[in-house]
Formats: sequence, structure tokens, C-alpha cells
Amino acid sequence: MRRENVDVLIIGGGAAGLAAAIEAKKFGVKTLLLERDRSTGGVLNQCIHNGFGLHVFKAELTGPEFMEKLWEELGNLDEVIRNNYTVLKIDPEKKEVITLSEEGIVVFKPKALIMATGARERPLNSLRIPGSRVAGVFTAGVAQKMVNIYNRLPGNRVLIVGSGDIGLIMARRLKIEGMDVVGVVEIMPEPGGLIRNVVQCLDDFNIPLWLSHTVFKIHGKERLEGVTIGKVDENFKPIPGTERFLEVDTLVASVGLIPQNELIEDFVEMDAINRGPVVDDLMRTSVEWIFAAGNNVAIHDLVDFVYEEGKIAGKNAAKYVLGEKLPEAKYRFERGDNVGVLLPQKFTGSQPFKMYVRSRKSLEKSAISFSGRTIRKFNWKIRPSEMIDLVVKNFEGFPDEVLVEVNQIG
Amino acid sequence: MKVFVIGAGITGSLITRELSKYDLEVHVIEKAPDIGWGVTKANSAIVHGGYDDPPESVRAKFAVPGNELYDKLSKELEFDFLRTGSYVVAFKREDVEYLKKLKERGKKNGVTNLEILTAKELKEKEPNLNEEIIAALWCPTAGITEPWEVSIAAIENAQENGAIVHLGEKVTDIIVQNQRVKKILTDKGEYDADIVINAAGLFADEIAKMAGIGDFEIFPRKGEYILLDEKLKGLVNAVIFPTPTKKSKGILVVPTVDGGILLGPNAVDLPKDQKENLETTRDGLNEVYEKSRKLVPKIDLSYTVKTFAGLRPETKDKDFIIGATKVWGFINVVGIRSPGLTAAPAIAKYIAEKVLSEDLGLNLSKKLDFNPYRRKIPHLNDSNLKEWEELVKKDPSFGRTVCFCNNVSEGEILEAIRRGARTLDGVKFRTRASFGRCQGGFCSLKILEIISRELSIPLEEIKQNYENSWIIKGKVRP
Repeated sequence: MRRENVDVLIIGGGAAGLAAAIEAKKFGVKTLLLERDRSTGGVLNQCIHNGFGLHVFKAELTGPEFMEKLWEELGNLDEVIRNNYTVLKIDPEKKEVITLSEEGIVVFKPKALIMATGARERPLNSLRIPGSRVAGVFTAGVAQKMVNIYNRLPGNRVLIVGSGDIGLIMARRLKIEGMDVVGVVEIMPEPGGLIRNVVQCLDDFNIPLWLSHTVFKIHGKERLEGVTIGKVDENFKPIPGTERFLEVDTLVASVGLIPQNELIEDFVEMDAINRGPVVDDLMRTSVEWIFAAGNNVAIHDLVDFVYEEGKIAGKNAAKYVLGEKLPEAKYRFERGDNVGVLLPQKFTGSQPFKMYVRSRKSLEKSAISFSGRTIRKFNWKIRPSEMIDLVVKNFEGFPDEVLVEVNQIG
Repeated sequence: MKVFVIGAGITGSLITRELSKYDLEVHVIEKAPDIGWGVTKANSAIVHGGYDDPPESVRAKFAVPGNELYDKLSKELEFDFLRTGSYVVAFKREDVEYLKKLKERGKKNGVTNLEILTAKELKEKEPNLNEEIIAALWCPTAGITEPWEVSIAAIENAQENGAIVHLGEKVTDIIVQNQRVKKILTDKGEYDADIVINAAGLFADEIAKMAGIGDFEIFPRKGEYILLDEKLKGLVNAVIFPTPTKKSKGILVVPTVDGGILLGPNAVDLPKDQKENLETTRDGLNEVYEKSRKLVPKIDLSYTVKTFAGLRPETKDKDFIIGATKVWGFINVVGIRSPGLTAAPAIAKYIAEKVLSEDLGLNLSKKLDFNPYRRKIPHLNDSNLKEWEELVKKDPSFGRTVCFCNNVSEGEILEAIRRGARTLDGVKFRTRASFGRCQGGFCSLKILEIISRELSIPLEEIKQNYENSWIIKGKVRP
């Protein structure tokens, strides 16, 4: 078993990990990024549609273009990136990261660790939909990879389950490539993805979106032969009499992303709502030498935000390695009743920082408040599917525990 | 002497392996494209203690000896088998009376180490069970395994010892002359046969009819299951049964050998023409959830990995039918419902040592070069890191991870293909790749790519499992 010392070790080579590497390297510390796949870029590789980079590069890029920007920024990739390295275990006591690769078992001993492990798709199997277990049921990400990377189509007639962004993107993609896209069912009364995607991917292609609808039953013996869909009530229970049979041979599911934290969740303080580690504005977790950034911290709407977070983590991990005394996170955010995803959960108050909040309910006109003090008003509709981002600058008079609430106004 | 076993489920596989110890030409014919894809694939995976079968039943005769054979068998064939023990729990006074009865019955069946524990004793061992449980029957010899793996291992070992395996081949007729088995006809050919062993599971009645034996029928009884993530490892340490009902052993909470938790099954009797109905139902899954939560209130369905249903072959008398028939050479091993997995090794021995040797009077001689050992496909989670590193040094493909959820390397997948996997399920049941929490999201396309490359077949032609389970339609553009 070979051992290797490193200053900053990054696990995961998606947008967050690459951004972290770019930033850490600037400080002259020995930086290494471990990627379990054949190459870095993560899901950007297969996202050939555009809409990436509007915030950070002021350009409308495709996923691969966005990724190439990061590769350019990083410079010599071979120096920093190790592809095909799977992390088996992190030992928090010995501060070791145990990996498997073609080299065998390599134990890395980093001074700081950045978790950038991203998210995985929730499989349809986990939703306990009654019926058969047949071929022809894919997650949206798998369908996307099949079409965009493998140049293969998954079937003839498809129903999309769930209106998350990847589901919407795939509805359009499969339609363009000649599949019969019969529609999108969404169990919630509102779309799960960004409104811009509903318009550009469904409305513009005449693909119906059935809200408060779900799959009641999966039919077929070996390959999918059809589904029964229908309406659900406010408790998501099927409403009898609303059933309708759709003849499809393919289901594409976009029913949520799950942050991947299996490597750290047993010893790092976790946030049950974000399903990620509790972090501060420097992207530190509850374990001093471990930082985190990206979709493993919480599911973000835009890769731009993930990239920014990765940079913050990279910078502060490097500073930590160089022995700089980082300020203490003395403030903590508490969630109000209408606050879902929220990050960071702690902050230092040493510098302005960006925070992200999801409202649990859709509100026509609303305001976000910190311990009763209104911070910002929204004159447009806010929805759970669209993350609110705001920069927090002025910390004067903040209590140690700041109650964040998003309320209807006017 | 030519022996044909029909069906490569757990019973047929273990019989095939047992017979491969003797100087016989042994064939096994399976209509599915792979081993263990019928009843064997979807059940509770429990090696039962053997205390609850009626003492006069055929089931009781085989359960305890079958259970005892698992230690040796699991070592020879290198499959996972854990003696976790089991509890039957009681909520009411009457239940406790029933536990006492079970204990007595166990004694009659030869299960001598049963013990009735108090709620307090139980809680020390299983802290997550319902507080309202007042007592439990502890059976230390019960265990868990992976039935399909047992089946695959047995067939691999039988093959090593000369057995001939016919997969994806369906028996269409059995020719009987002068009340003796003569030939087997299949959709692929015909074979002279001296002995036919009917281990055809749900379809055993149809096979028997081909030989002119129509004295039993098989009814499918469906059981639905919910599999929970291995994050819940330790939620229960042993198999948890409720106090049984007349119909079945009830809905259980079972640890799986790879650390997950299995809930189920319910029991729904289906009409005779629904032997392929593997649909889960809303009511069925709800019943599984409600009843398993009664045993372990902490059960949280947000950890669901998947749901599935299995069928059990039930006869009118709810008992095994094992033995020779009026047609010389035609042997039934049918109605192998619970505790079939437990009983199978003992049934296999009985077929060779009693039915063939005594009832049919064959003079079987043992092969001198029989090799009882089958090596499993190496798996990282069962190895220590040093061993694994040596393996990677010899063959770097064991260092390339394909399935991240279950740490399955390309080397394991290549080995599974070498051993006969031709489909995604073939790889999955041999390696556990895509069995985990992402359900193949990250690895299924990579596995397709590996199968395609190794067997030189286009991606479009690879199946999930059966003939019509295509995965990919074709190229997006040429």
C-alpha cells in the first residue's frame, strides 16, 4: 500500500471539485483531485444543451464548453488530476483517504480535504410504484448519457416522470431525436424545474405537462408496455376515476437528486433537510480539516453557483494548509417554518458571503427576513424549485442565532 | 445412465450438483436464459430453523437436515451464509402460548436449542423492536443467504464436475414407453433419457403431465417485498417473524447478507394461469409496510432501494411432493414452497441416496475425482485491502471500479461474463453491480459497454434479462 502526502486533496472532479482545485493551486499548495470516473467534468460531459456560465463567465455555454473553461483555468491537468481513483473510506482519526485504482490501494494523507462528490439521481425503483419490474425504465441522467455520449436511443414512445430540470431537458432532447414524447407527469401541483426550462423544453415543443399527476402502475412483462397515470389529491393519494392508460415503451424518471455523503456522514455534522454537511461561509464542515462544496452540500439550481462554492472551498482549504488563522463561525442560521434548503448554516461575519434559500411554498410576493429584520423583498413569484440567492453584507446587530424566514407580503 | 434435471432453481441446481458426484451423465435444462431466475430469485432468502413445519409433513423431514448442511455447503461453494438466528415475537398472551407450541413442535422436528426470551432479554439483543412485544422464541440456527448465488455456485460446481447445462431451453415433451422414461424433447432438440427429475418450480405440474402424471397442481402464491438501503445495517441483527397465521409465516423483517433490510412478504393466492405475474400492488406494499412497522417501528421507507414480488409454488396440501412416480425414472421434486431454500441441500442428497439408489435400485458409484469446491468471484467488500491490492497487481481490472454503490470492479464483471453472464441481470446477480442504492444509474451503461466489448455484440442486442427485455433501441444517428 503506497502512501502519499498532499496539501489539499479534493474528492470529485465535477464543477465544484475542478473550481476548488483551480483556486487551491493558486496558493502554491500541493493540490490533488481524485475522480472515480474516466475523466473529470462530471455531469457537464453529457449536458450538451446551453445555459451554463451566464453568471460566472457572462456567456451562454454548453456543459462541455463550461467544463473546458475550467480545464483551461486549471492548466496542466495531469499534474493535479488522478482519474479512475475510487475513494473507499475516509479515516477521520488518522486523517487518511484510502483509494482503489489500477495502482492498487493508495492511502493519501492530506492536510485539508475538500468533498466535492456531487449528487446521484433518485431511481424510480425507490418510489414503490406498483406494477412490473421491466426494462425500459431509466433515470433522466442515464437517458441523457445514452443519447449524448453513447449515441443511442432508449426506445420509441416515452413518458417523462417528474419535471426536474434534467427531465425537462430530456423531454426536449428525445423529441428532437425523433422519439414520441407523450408528456411529463409531475406529482406536485407545480413544476419541479426552472420555469425557463418548462417554457423552452415543453411549451415550445407542444409536450403536455400534467401537474398533480403520477404513475399509478407500470405494465409489461419483459420490456415496458405501458403505464397507468392519474391525478393525486393534496396528500399525493391517487384519485380513483382519474386513471388513464398510456402506451409507452420507455419511462424516463427525473424524480430528484440525492447529495452523496456516504463517505463522511458518520462523522461530520449533517443537515437533514439539505441532506448534506453543515457548512459555514468558508465552506468548512464540522470537522476542521474537511471542506465541502457543490451538490453534495445541497442541491443547487445552477452550475455557476456550484463553481463559486468550489472556489471558496479551494481558497480556504489552501489558507488552512498554509497556517492562516481563519475566523470562527460564530453565527448560526435557524430555519423558519417556510425555509427548506438553506446554506451556509453558519457564518463568520468576517466578509460578505452568498447564501441560498429555498422557500417551501410558492409565494406571489414575499420577503426574506433575518430575525424579523427584512433583508430583501421579492416582487415576483418565488417557488421551491427556484433557489433564492442573496449576498449578506452587513452583520451589525445580528444575534448569534439568526432566524431566517420567507414570508408572504402585501 | 443419462439423468436430466428440469429446472435450474435452488432445488434443481443442488440436485444437479449432488448427482455430479456420481458416475452419471447429468444434464440440467432451464427455460430461462440464466440460473435461479424463477422462484429462487425473489423470496425471503432465509435458511429456516425448521421448528414450524408440521412434524408429520414432508417439509419437516427435510428442513432441519437441510439447515445443517448449509455450513459445509457454503464453505465448499463459497456463497454468503450467516447464521443470524431468528425470533418469533409475541404481542399477546395467546401469542406466547403459540410460541410454547412452536417450541414443542420444534423439539419434535429435531430443533432442540429453541428458547423463549422475555421482552427484556430480547431488547438487549434487538433494541429496535416494538416495545409492546412481550416475549420471543429464539432460534439460533436460522440464517440468511442469497438463494440465486447458491444456485449459481451449485451449477458452476456441477459443471466443473462434468454436468451439462442447457440454458434458455424449454422442455416441450417427455416420451414415456412401457411406463419408463425414454426421451426428453425440447425447443432445441431431443435427448435420450433414463431419469428425469422434475424440479420445474411453478411449472412442475405441466412437466409432470407430459410424463402422464397428473395427480397434482401448482398454484402461484405471490409475495411482495420492499428492500431498504444498507445504511440501515443493524436495524435488526436476526430474522424477525411475527407470530404466524394459518396461511403463512407472516410479514418479516430480515437482514440481508450484504447489509440491507428486507421487508415482506405478504401472501396472495393467484389463479393457476398467473404463474408469471410478478406485479407489486399498492395494497400489497402498504400491507408489507404496515405489518413490518409493527415489528420494527423505526422502519423508514425513505430508505427504499426497490420493491419486487416473487411467486411460491403451492400445492393443495401445502407440502413438498418428493419421490419416484408410477413412471419409472420420472421423479418429482415439486411444491417446493417455504422452507424450500432450507430443505434443498437435504432434498438433493435424498434424491441421490434414497430415491435413485434405493427406490429405483440404481447402483451409483461415486466419482473418484469429484471436486467439491467452487471459487467465488472475488469481491472487495469480502476481502482485506492487502489481498485486494495483490489481485490488482496481477490484474489491474480489479482496480477499476464500475459499480460505486457496491464497490464492484471491472475485473469482477469480466469474471462474471467468463462464467456465463450474458445480460445486465446476469452480471447483477453474480457481482451485485447495480444492486445498490443508485440502482444502476452510474454503472448500467458501463456494464453494457463491457458486455458488448467482451462478447463482440452490439449494445442494442444486450438484454436486461429475458428475450424481449431490450434496453436500447438503436443509434441516434449513424
